[in-house]
Order: sequence, then structure tokens, then C-alpha cells
Amino acid sequence: MKYSIVGSNKTTTREEKAAAYIFIACAALSIIAVVSITAYMIISGTPAIFKVGLVDILFSTVWQPTAGKFGILYIILTSIIGTFFAVLLAVPIGLLTAVALSELVNEKFKKVLKSAIEMLAGIPSVVYGLLGILIINPAMYALERSIYAGNPHHQMTGGANLIATILVLVIMILPTLVNVSETALETVPQHLRLSSLALGATKIQTIFKVVIPAAKNGIFSAIVLGVGRAIGEAMAILLVAGNAVKAPWPFNSVRFLTTAIVSEMGYSQGLHRQVLFTIGLVLFVFIMVINIILSRILKKGEEDD
Amino acid sequence: MKKVVSIFVAMLMAFTLAGCGGGSTSTKSNEGDLSGKISLNGSTSMQKFVTALGESFKEKYPNVNVEAQFTGSSAGIAALQKGTCDIADSSRALSDDEKNSGLIENVVAIDGIAVSINKANKVKSLKKQQLADIYTGKITNWKDVGGADEQIVVIGREAASGTRSAFEELLKIENQCKYAQELDNTGAVVAKCAATTGAIGYVSLDAVDNSINTMELDGAKATVANIKAGKYPLQRPFVMATKGKISKQNKKVQALFNYINSDAGQAIIKKVGLISAK
Repeated sequence: MKYSIVGSNKTTTREEKAAAYIFIACAALSIIAVVSITAYMIISGTPAIFKVGLVDILFSTVWQPTAGKFGILYIILTSIIGTFFAVLLAVPIGLLTAVALSELVNEKFKKVLKSAIEMLAGIPSVVYGLLGILIINPAMYALERSIYAGNPHHQMTGGANLIATILVLVIMILPTLVNVSETALETVPQHLRLSSLALGATKIQTIFKVVIPAAKNGIFSAIVLGVGRAIGEAMAILLVAGNAVKAPWPFNSVRFLTTAIVSEMGYSQGLHRQVLFTIGLVLFVFIMVINIILSRILKKGEEDD
Repeated sequence: MKKVVSIFVAMLMAFTLAGCGGGSTSTKSNEGDLSGKISLNGSTSMQKFVTALGESFKEKYPNVNVEAQFTGSSAGIAALQKGTCDIADSSRALSDDEKNSGLIENVVAIDGIAVSINKANKVKSLKKQQLADIYTGKITNWKDVGGADEQIVVIGREAASGTRSAFEELLKIENQCKYAQELDNTGAVVAKCAATTGAIGYVSLDAVDNSINTMELDGAKATVANIKAGKYPLQRPFVMATKGKISKQNKKVQALFNYINSDAGQAIIKKVGLISAK
């Protein structure tokens, strides 16, 4: 028994035990982090709710922190609508790219495409923002001027608007969508494709009727991950969104939950700062909901298999 | 294998312990020479000035550390009231409440706020009231103030920015501004004005560069001479507030204020684009 490779209390040396404890401590670190972040968000996010009132924060549209008005309805709506349309535009592009990668293109082209997408994923978000300032904002300004020329009811934004932000977000979430859905498509067993082809279906029919339905759980989780990435993005959209608190119409300058925190945290204080933490809490709840949905999908996928 | 693991673990522990050792290096004080630290807290608008001041002060008094934090004017004043710093940097005049709580407003320099416009803009001069009307949304087209038929893109800073509160306060349009864009730093405002034909924005005078034009206000150009003479309306004091008079402060703080008033100190004020308060 002494030389057995199966561990027992007798054979475990002190070093072994110490090592085990260190590993467990490392593992516990992330749990501690999550728990303490949750506790901290709730502790620092709730006082403002009691001082201002939950309804006044969540359902008022007037954000004038220096005048004591803290309504974030427009900010919440902007985050939801901006994320929704970004995902709506990115999903078809991302999914079709993933299909091309896993089903259609040859190895050589696949390598090129794959490394391009990996590069896209590795670009820091602030660079996307700069790109937005240099290319998308001026284009939007030109478009805005031709649409709203001489219209006194529209406040010119100089091209920093919801559409520009959505376009930046689309590019930013594409890599996530492509990579995760491609992995899902790759795991579809080859015999399904072969059976479909043997029954006389064309390649495209096979892709849409067999492969994509078989990979739908993986594709759903790609979408949810994309939503999470889009709603949590701050740096890039801070540069292109214009950051005025307005209703989320296409040509309005808008502010997202993330940018609301980032842009005002530096100088804020007192109740204003507390409300920013409340916005953080709202964002945190959104992300939590997304994570719960994601884990449900993944669990369901396991059951299906 | 076990040995390897245990050596690795021991090394890991040694590193962790070593990490705890450093840090507390104490500064030795020389007789007759000043040593220790001066802590400043406050306006981010004053960062450039305070950093330059601290570096140059340290050359003269190598044993004194000028530790500056930039958390915003009001935060700095609150920290001074709590006693967590020696000097509060404020880019606005102190309120009566703040003065009544025993803080002394030492104006060290004056900052001008320039109104920045795109280079292609033909408008050269505005009345103070017209500027206020543009920012409150009553005037929305440059043709209404003598320019081309071009809608105005109103650019400002985020709420709680020192420049924004100074700007709105000086024009008496607090919380009435209708911004098309709220940017979170001075550089971004300059960049947007340079890139957007119809834009108008406001920045500290020292942030003005060749990429933008500045607007005359009430017939006065945004220049140092006009600000000192009080002709240019958009100006604000840079205050280094202390709890009680300067003469009541410790030797290090007194030395700092003496340094600001010296030729070397005044040269720094000039260098960072500010106007001397003397």
C-alpha cells in the first residue's frame, strides 16, 4: 500500500496537503471575488434608491445630476435598444461567417479568415472607438446634414448618434458570435451531414435544415454572449455615442448605462456618485439575467444530448 | 515529483512574504532642512499646473514630497475639511459656506475658458447673451448670429466637470443647457470642434491649439491681457485653499506658497497657460 499511486491519508505528505490547500485557495479566490462584488454593488447601489426613490430613478427621463434630477429611463432604454439592434445586425453576419468557416471554404481560405477574426477579437475596444470617430461619425454627420437640413426641431449632433454606436457594437461583437457559433457547428456529427446529402439534399439545404438546427443551442449561447459583450461595452461607445441623455432615436446623441458611469465618475460626488453606483447595480442585474439565461441554455443543451 | 512540488510551493511562499517586506521606507530628516510631504487634493483642471509645480518645487526642496490627487474641486474641498489633505485645489471660487467653515481662498492663478469653433466657421464674435442662447437651445443655426446657414452642434463637458460648472455659472445657465454631445475631457472637445463644421465647444484657454478657432466674447478676444484686465467674461480663479491662513500652516505648506509667489513659481503658471493672480 505504501507504494501505491492511489493516495490515502497515510501516504499524503505535508507538502501534498499544503499544495492542495493552495490550489483550493486559488479556486476560492474567484468565488470570493464574485460574492464580494455582488455585496459591494448592492451596498453601494442601494442608498441612492432610498434617497431618490426607485420610481424616480428608473422611470424618470430627466438626468440633471447637478440639479438633483436622476432619471435614467432614457439611459436604460438606450442600452436595451442599442444592444438589441447591434445583435440583430450582427447575428446574421456572424452566423453566416461561421457557416462559411465550418462548412464551405477550403482549408487555406479558412486559415486566413480565422486569423482575421481572431485579430478582430484582439483589437482593444478603444481602437474601435477611434475608428468610429474617424470614419463612422463624419459619415453620420454628412447623412444627418442631408436629412435634417433646415429642420429646427432636430438638434444637430455632429454625427455622434445611436446608429454610429450600433455600427461600432456590431463589429465588436462579431468575433464572439463567429467563434462560438463556429465551434457549435463543428461539433455537429458528420453522419448527419452525410445522411442529409445521401437523401438528395443540396449542401445549402443541409446547412439550413440539418446543421444549423442541430447546433442551435450553441448558436443561442453565442447570441447571449454577444448581448453580454454589447451591453457591457463602455470605452468604444463612449467615444462615438455623444453622451447626451436623449431618447434613443436613430439620430439622437445617446448615453448608455456603461458610459453614464464612466463619463461622470471622475468628478461626481455625494448623491450623484451614489446614483452612478445605482446605475452600476442596474447594469449588474442586466448582466446577471443574461448569465442566468445563458446557463439555462447550456443546461438544456446538455439534457438534449 | 513531490520534491519539485514542495520546492515550487516554498518558492511561491517566499515570494509572497518578500512582497510584504518593502514599502515602508522612511524619509530621514535633516536639521534645518524641510522634509516630509505636502498633500494636495482637488480639481482635475488644475492637474497640469499642480504637477508642474510639484516637480519644480521638489528640485528646490528634495526632501519634500508633493503628493497630489485629482478628484475634483468639491471633493478636494471636502477632503480639506475632513483634514485628509493640506491644500485643496479648486477651479472655482469657494462658496460662502465653505469660507465660513474656516477655509481660506488663496487665488494662485486665473484660468480663462475659451469658446472653440471649427476653423471653417465664419463667425468671429458673439455677445455673451448669444452664447447663452446657443447653449440653451434658443439659437440653433449659425445664420442667426451672422454666420453661414449651418446648424449648430452644441458640445459641452459632462455634468460635474469643473469647466462645465464654471462655464454654466459664468453665463448663468446652470442646468439649462441642451447639449448635443457631452464629452468627458478637454482634448475630446477640441478634437470634435476641429472635426465638426457646425460645432461650438468650451475648453480651458491653455488647451486651445491651432486646430480650432476661438470666439471673441463681448468684443474681447480670449487672451491673457483681456482676462487680466477683466474684459473677457469667461474666466475663473484657480484656488489653493487652506484650513486657516497661510501663516498658520506648517513650514512645508508655507514654503510652497512662497515658492508659487517666487519668480520660479510664476514662470510655471505662465508655462502651463495660466494667468498670474499677482
